[in-house]
Amino acid sequence: MRKYYALFRLRFIHSLQYRAAAAAGVVTQFAWGFMEILAFLAFYKANPSNFPMEFSHVVAYIWIQQTFLAVFMVWFYENEIFEAISSGAIAYTLVRPIDLYNRWFAQSVANRVAKALLRSVPILLVAFLVPPPLRLSLPNSGTQLLLFIISFVLGLGVVIAYTMIVYVTTFYTLSPVGVRIIAAMLADFLAGAIIPLPFFPMGVRNAAELLPFAAMQNMPLRIYSGNIAGVEAIKGIGLQIFWLLVLVTLGRLILRRALGKVVVQGG
Amino acid sequence: MEYKTSFFFTILGQFTVSFTSLLGIWFLFSRFREVEGFSFPQVLLCFATVLMAFSVAECFGRAFDTFPQMLSNGAFDRVLVRPKNVISQVLMAKIDFTRFGRLLQAVLVFIYALPRSGVVWTWDKVCTLILMVVCGCIIFFCLFLTYAAISFFTIEGLEFMNVLTDGGREFGRYPYSIYGEDVLKFLTYVVPLALFQYYPLLYLLGREPSLWYMFAPLGGLLFAIPSYCLWRWGLTSYVSTGS
Repeated sequence: MRKYYALFRLRFIHSLQYRAAAAAGVVTQFAWGFMEILAFLAFYKANPSNFPMEFSHVVAYIWIQQTFLAVFMVWFYENEIFEAISSGAIAYTLVRPIDLYNRWFAQSVANRVAKALLRSVPILLVAFLVPPPLRLSLPNSGTQLLLFIISFVLGLGVVIAYTMIVYVTTFYTLSPVGVRIIAAMLADFLAGAIIPLPFFPMGVRNAAELLPFAAMQNMPLRIYSGNIAGVEAIKGIGLQIFWLLVLVTLGRLILRRALGKVVVQGG
Repeated sequence: MEYKTSFFFTILGQFTVSFTSLLGIWFLFSRFREVEGFSFPQVLLCFATVLMAFSVAECFGRAFDTFPQMLSNGAFDRVLVRPKNVISQVLMAKIDFTRFGRLLQAVLVFIYALPRSGVVWTWDKVCTLILMVVCGCIIFFCLFLTYAAISFFTIEGLEFMNVLTDGGREFGRYPYSIYGEDVLKFLTYVVPLALFQYYPLLYLLGREPSLWYMFAPLGGLLFAIPSYCLWRWGLTSYVSTGS
């Protein structure tokens, strides 16, 4: 366990170096969140009765989504891992006494959390200070906040477990960049990255809420905003745990099979 | 073009990215009949115009994305000693045809939206639409040029320009008026994206009969002046970082 922690720390500190880029990123993300909320405001004004979530829920959803973009969005792939697989550097990693899946998992966690942390504080600060109705608010109760934190951690796990599956399938296909984009966009769309799941047409929404993607950002964001609370939240967290276990198991299985027949590219 | 499969999948990937945007709009409109008086096909007109203008500009303009690197590793010096126009050299190095994924999508959306938008397609309306796309393309290209120009002065913190390029495209999926008065003013007087997307749209839909609205995109072309000036300024004050 100690070696994973060491790896995590190294990666984390490395990612924290990119401060200037993070500062610019904050402005970008803030502007993005701001515009998305304004768009939803326009739709709300068009037909308030048909709006499936409380407007304050949507506001909180979008701000927290922007704040923790690096955590929730599948498309923040670890390019290093893709390179390692396609360049053959993987051979070096394999001789080390560390489980590959765990190593990559720890690396991904560190990278995403570091990136998110760098940007989160400024975005949150501003989001708490803008005039209502665009203002972010805290969850209704301590329990809600606690449930959010649990759901957040699980969501991060599910996102990474999914990316792990994308990485390991590269062993078999050396998949082109396009395929990774499609895999990420599909996941992010069904996770509620483009529009929150309650805005989907009924039938599609019901199906989507059961998929693993809903366990990525849909659940934590809706728990924070209060859209899902109490028993519903606990059931949602249960579903997240289920998908986390399934995706991790699947990822490990494919990796083990792939390593059994790895073909190293290049010398 | 050697990596045919890769090329195909990248185009498909680009297509998927704009497709998810489109899907989002579709879902929202299946629930809300209209927004700010604009119906679904009318919003699609907007979406397709912006997408088409952006994807053509991007084919050439994305080369500027790597401009900061060219500056910092000294590759730009090589460009300077060649007896050819600087801008065309930078662009030709990285023409990117994979952007055709977005262009294809724009075409498909136009095919769907044009007959359903309620626009009576007389000659003046057709001209307006062409003006919108062509001028939009030039304005987006100027934004890419501005990005490169700014990188002469600072490498750090360029990411905010992204709000205007990729942001301009994403937010442009709806008429810029829905974001409120202040945003519309900014996008009219500071970065004239609304001049090619919103005001001529009003003319197309017959809401504003004045010809000023039809020719608004040409006003947007004025943006080329500050963009190009900034580029020249950056170029002349460029002191190589050495190789």
